Amino acid sequence: MDKMKEQVMKNMEELGFPVIVDEKSGAMQWVDMRELRLRYIISIENIKPFYEGLKEGKLMGTKCKKCGRVFFPPQKDCPSCLDSDMDWVELKKEGTLETMTVVFVRPPSFGQYDPYPVAIAKLDDGPRILAWYNGDPQQVKPGQRVKVQVSRRREGYLMYELAPL
Amino acid sequence: MSENVAIIGTGHSRFGTRRDVNIAELCWESMKPAFETANLEPKDIEFFVVSNAGMWSSEAAVPALMAEYADLAPKGSMRVEAACASGSAAIRVGYTAIKSGMADIALVIGIEKMQESPNPNVIELIGRFGSYFWEFENFGLTFPAYYALHGTAYMMKYGATEEDFARVAVKNHYYGAKNPYAQFQKEIDIETVMKSPYIAWPFKLFDCSPITDGSACVILASEEKVKELGIDEKIWILGQGVGTGTANLSRREEFTSLASARYAAEQAYKMAGIDMDDPIKYLDGANVHDCFTAPEIIAYEDLRFCKRGEGYKLIREEQTYIGGKIPVNIDGGLKSKGHPIGATGVSQAVEAYKQLLRKAEPGRQADINKGVWLAHNVGGTGHYTYVTIYGLEKEVKG
Ligand SMILES: [Zn+2]
Repeated sequence: MDKMKEQVMKNMEELGFPVIVDEKSGAMQWVDMRELRLRYIISIENIKPFYEGLKEGKLMGTKCKKCGRVFFPPQKDCPSCLDSDMDWVELKKEGTLETMTVVFVRPPSFGQYDPYPVAIAKLDDGPRILAWYNGDPQQVKPGQRVKVQVSRRREGYLMYELAPL
Repeated sequence: MSENVAIIGTGHSRFGTRRDVNIAELCWESMKPAFETANLEPKDIEFFVVSNAGMWSSEAAVPALMAEYADLAPKGSMRVEAACASGSAAIRVGYTAIKSGMADIALVIGIEKMQESPNPNVIELIGRFGSYFWEFENFGLTFPAYYALHGTAYMMKYGATEEDFARVAVKNHYYGAKNPYAQFQKEIDIETVMKSPYIAWPFKLFDCSPITDGSACVILASEEKVKELGIDEKIWILGQGVGTGTANLSRREEFTSLASARYAAEQAYKMAGIDMDDPIKYLDGANVHDCFTAPEIIAYEDLRFCKRGEGYKLIREEQTYIGGKIPVNIDGGLKSKGHPIGATGVSQAVEAYKQLLRKAEPGRQADINKGVWLAHNVGGTGHYTYVTIYGLEKEVKG
């Protein structure tokens, strides 16, 4: 990329435009002068108890007061009852691993991490959870028991993860 | 109201890295042959639908761009997005427009110019097609990783191997090598797949469809128009089903099948009058969504080409080659032909047209005895699935 930027600067001076010739095809390309950085601001107003719980090492879901349906990830509204009267309940932090992968080619926004294993587990309470797996993926066996724990990310924030039990 | 809707014209661009054209020019590359095969001009189009996922490419108002470039203004239009199933979603919009009587001739164009952005940015953006907040933000899921979770579950449950997955890539490259529109026109062997680097375990580079620029176009017409224009070469849409899955994978019951695909298949078979217990009996072949190798095997099962847990045996026994039980992805599939997100579903329709009308290139023409072809197009990881049944006649023969 840096090499391309240099070439664009050079061509802009010599030819008058931000262009480069594509090496493979020989086709002329205009290199966009407008760069966009995206960072969303996402409301968590209605799931604040989830983060308060996570800070204390708890995994919280919501439970409809009317029908008892449990939601994880937590949601504010129950579509079964068209009702929004929810209890916050602590989920049991143990379960069974159902599947996993190891992400080798990472998105640039995860570039600071080594390849990371991701697993899906079914919690003993019923809901499933997808998270990073803090353990050796080679040692995982069918029916692997796992626990949910909280760790601090390199970016500095707290997040849940799975680990072998 | 039109009882039946036909595809009367098709066009397909060369898929691959297309730095030689811009977005409008790439669209035109498939629109022009669509007009020519239908023997129509832009002024004949009453409504047009653009399938484009976008984000990685510069122009967002592609319908307006093409209204200008292809003289379609001031006709009505719509841009449709359903991740990798956008193309089939666009066909559905055109199809329902004609079925409802709102239009008699509609054009559907699928376009994606993914290589206007560098590969790392595309990898970043495409990982966001699932649950952005819960699964991407904190766990950096990528598109291959989402499907790898299914591949692993499948191997654990049924004893399939990474070599079985590789066999899908070998087949699709074998046919891609015979398709002049394909991104990779090169055969490979199992060893090539097995030795390629891991992208998201258990998937390696050669288990994955590539990042592709391309466009595909179909022109749809009502039964009345087909008669009026005296169209000989056409195929009919016999049925279409569509299903939607949960955003979070963790909200799903299983990872060896896509619930949205089973749901869509059931609807499509029912609408087309195909016996769900033995669909192969009715079909000459199929295109399924092989964005990765394992999902092709899972598609065999979701479409009921075989029982659950037996899909890997179909590819092991080479039953999805021409001459087998049912030829699948004999245009190279997404794997070898390429996967320009918005164009893929439309490309599958173009392939159905070519196969049924016996216009496929030498070495990749299926035997057409029943005159029925199936297309299975998945957006995200079963977040959306479209199953469409195409036929030479207006009804299937039992
Ligand atoms: Zn409820």
